[in-house]
Amino acid sequence: MEGLQSPAQAHYWFIQGWLLFLILKIVGLGAFAYIVGKRLVPLLRGARDVRFDRPVARLGRVLQFWLAQWKHPRYWFAGIVHILVFAGFLVLFTRAVTVIINGVADGFVMPGFSGRFGQAYAVVTQYFTTIVFVCMVVAAVRRIVFKPARYGVPPQFGKGHPADAIFLLALIAALMFADSLFEASEAAAHGTAHHAALAAGTLPWLLAEGLGPASHATLQSLHLGAFLAHDVLFFFLLCYRPFGIQFHVETSLFSVYFAKLDKGTVKPVRWGVADDQLAQVKSFGVKQFEDFTWKHMLDFYSCADCGRCSDNCPANAVGRPLSPRFITIKARDYTFAHYPVVGSPRNGAPLIGGIYSEDEIWSCTTCGACEEECPLLIEYIDKIVDLRRGMVDDGNVPQSLQKPLKALESRGNPYGKMEKKRADWAKAKDFREICDVPTLDGGNDADTLYFVDSITSYDDRMQSIGRATARILQHVGTPFGILGAAERDSGHEVRRFGEEMLFMALRDHNREAIKASGAKRIVTADPHALNALKHDYPDAPPAEHISQVLSREVRAGRLRFRPVDDSRRTYTFHDPCYLGRHNGIYDDPRSVLDAIPGLTRVEMARSRDRSFCCGGGGLMLFYEPKEDQRMGVLRVKMAAEAGADVIVTACPYCMVNVEDAIKVAGLEGKMTAIDLAELADRQIARPAAPVA
Amino acid sequence: MEILVCVRRVPDTSENEIRLNDAGNDIERDELVYSINEWDNYAVEEALQIASRTGGKVTVVTVGSEDDEEVLRRQMAMGAHQAVLLADEAFDGSDGQGIATILSAFVKKGGYDLILTGVQAEDGAGQVGGMLAAMLDYPFASLVNAIEVVDGKTLRVGREVEGGNQEMHEIDLPCVLSIQTGINEPRYVGMRGIRQVASVPIPTLGAGDLGVDPASVGRTGARVTRTDYFVPVLGKGAEMLGGSREEIIDKLIELMRANGGLK
Repeated sequence: MEGLQSPAQAHYWFIQGWLLFLILKIVGLGAFAYIVGKRLVPLLRGARDVRFDRPVARLGRVLQFWLAQWKHPRYWFAGIVHILVFAGFLVLFTRAVTVIINGVADGFVMPGFSGRFGQAYAVVTQYFTTIVFVCMVVAAVRRIVFKPARYGVPPQFGKGHPADAIFLLALIAALMFADSLFEASEAAAHGTAHHAALAAGTLPWLLAEGLGPASHATLQSLHLGAFLAHDVLFFFLLCYRPFGIQFHVETSLFSVYFAKLDKGTVKPVRWGVADDQLAQVKSFGVKQFEDFTWKHMLDFYSCADCGRCSDNCPANAVGRPLSPRFITIKARDYTFAHYPVVGSPRNGAPLIGGIYSEDEIWSCTTCGACEEECPLLIEYIDKIVDLRRGMVDDGNVPQSLQKPLKALESRGNPYGKMEKKRADWAKAKDFREICDVPTLDGGNDADTLYFVDSITSYDDRMQSIGRATARILQHVGTPFGILGAAERDSGHEVRRFGEEMLFMALRDHNREAIKASGAKRIVTADPHALNALKHDYPDAPPAEHISQVLSREVRAGRLRFRPVDDSRRTYTFHDPCYLGRHNGIYDDPRSVLDAIPGLTRVEMARSRDRSFCCGGGGLMLFYEPKEDQRMGVLRVKMAAEAGADVIVTACPYCMVNVEDAIKVAGLEGKMTAIDLAELADRQIARPAAPVA
Repeated sequence: MEILVCVRRVPDTSENEIRLNDAGNDIERDELVYSINEWDNYAVEEALQIASRTGGKVTVVTVGSEDDEEVLRRQMAMGAHQAVLLADEAFDGSDGQGIATILSAFVKKGGYDLILTGVQAEDGAGQVGGMLAAMLDYPFASLVNAIEVVDGKTLRVGREVEGGNQEMHEIDLPCVLSIQTGINEPRYVGMRGIRQVASVPIPTLGAGDLGVDPASVGRTGARVTRTDYFVPVLGKGAEMLGGSREEIIDKLIELMRANGGLK
């Protein structure tokens, strides 16, 4: 049989193929450029953001998270499907361009794609066309039959659009089918010899098999029809993408390149405005949509609505009115509505009371589970903090938070306790006899500062963590001291609750006090203080968590533990968010536990970077959220499910929440909680073993 | 509507350990931190909300010393348009009547449609509002927990009465109202707001400026004087309920019912 007429040379109704496809291309590309231009308008009006620095680190991110799809397998099934489709799109891009150009210029071959490489590439594309087609079918079945819960839209966040997802999958499947049919008809027309060139088992191969008996005329029609369908679908899909989640195909590369590089930090109030210039800034934080930075707006476009953030969000899990996914989706819908493709932009209502509620924004514990999970590295904490800054600036702060904030302003701690009592935890007579904790005034020999922070200083229960930490430092022979009455709250939560100026006042006071102390290094047992010292205090000496000190001493063989008294108990480690996710310290506390003879340790299903927030620290302890249950209660139940009856944590706030939760969950007597420092102090093999 | 709010700076009870001084006639005031009297904070918030609905300015005033500028600035950071400090050595040691005399002299110098005070000060006796109204011959409503502006001449105000019931009144302007906590949710005053008003001048008026006879106020004019101050001896401690969880809950419900906590 002879070959088929090519689409460029053929006549479609009354018009020559090449002309038709040229017009299609001009219209398609023109429309796409216009729509994308319109989509860029809000970004140009957004606030400044610094994202063009450190190109090498950013390219590394692109390779890891974009090209290698690093986060995807965390949800293994959906992840693998996505990786296959993503790989397919990358591979098929060249083929698609070639085919499209062929519509105008017959016989065009991409430079370098002739010869053997081109033949090999053809085989690969046939497989990937098939893979993508199958993935679309699988994804559609998953959406229609299995309906994973995380795709659902709770009523308070609007209506779900399940048909949109199916439509998108169908479009891509149709595109793959059209391409395959185009190829199969050509091969079938050349007879069996040629159609053996198609890779066995692929969609084009199957179609060619089926088309074997078809007449030349039929094949010719199918060939031309498939090409037209392919061209129309391609450009329709291109122009349809900026209207929904499918836009991430274009924007993800940029979102990942421009993603936040420094974990644990909070963005400045305004990029490019120094701290001492902040007084001149007219308005703080995000109040109107345009107060978001351009990168944060780009995030709204990039979100693929996969629901992984909310699936991991503890606030969402306990029924607080926050679902990170909808922070993004609501903002994206706002963008589409207020920056329409046709017509001029219009201003909308303020965000709080408009698309977000106050409680929604206060519900976040800044645990970072959402950001850890997002395959596209979309940021949430900075947006939440910026929205809070806007509320604080407008005086819009829950009554329950106003008292502790005022107390932090006047007393340097949220409880309103006297400054001079800050070091009272170390003054108990029986403790002072075995462990003297000096106040560093610059004249001491000690160059290690133990930064205690407010809760450990003032809370009766948490003072025990302070004493344990001091005894550990004493035992390992580190000369150390504290700031005593000169210490103020680290301000970690003050900043994350949006009260930037109060945070700066606390920080500046502490910076002076730390400088005056002569400290060369800082140790703390409070991960929130650790995070503040590492990320919010630009010139502080290097800071470490006590678990890092312990782990180093254990590794060096300088620290030995005596066996646990009751080896029938099972321990599990709860990763504090600001130790784990925000600072990457997962192994140190575990290695300390594993160094205690006779201690049985199990892992909870959600551990390490998937740890589940205990309920939040600092000011979050004062906030009265609307929720169905406490995060801590869920967490304690997770520990019970893992078979543990001792929860070890390494953060005083975790201790507050977990101990409360044990009572609320009715597990008193069955479950206990202990801080890593307390446990280590208890188990240290001391020559005379003085206290328990 | 021109609104005047009379405020007072008090030791913050939640952030201090209140102790007697050695002389036993006052509390130890070293190391105290102060804040705005809680009721007054609600009064200022209410004034700001009324002014934003009806237009007009909010003025805050206090009788005190330079130290009291702190709370005036805080209320300006909250949104008050101006603040006035009434300070004079002759004012020191005023009783409630003295404070009301000073305030009434100030009110007579301005043209205020509405004067708000807190129901009471945390360290006060809850008498200034009523006395001020009487001295001005203005109508007075106390314990106000709702205000609705009917027109330029009348307000409708709500008062909470014992037992949690609510009564509504109409009151002619100008008038004096003492404001109960809970009437609104006062806005937060951040560090930034306070810094922005840090250098706004606050005029100070003395006895001469106000035309107040120094003999009628201060220690000399005071007809009520504090003679003692003490911390009551702690009574019997809390009753600890014993038994199983269910028994404790039953006993608790019984106790609450017996004492009118449950209906």
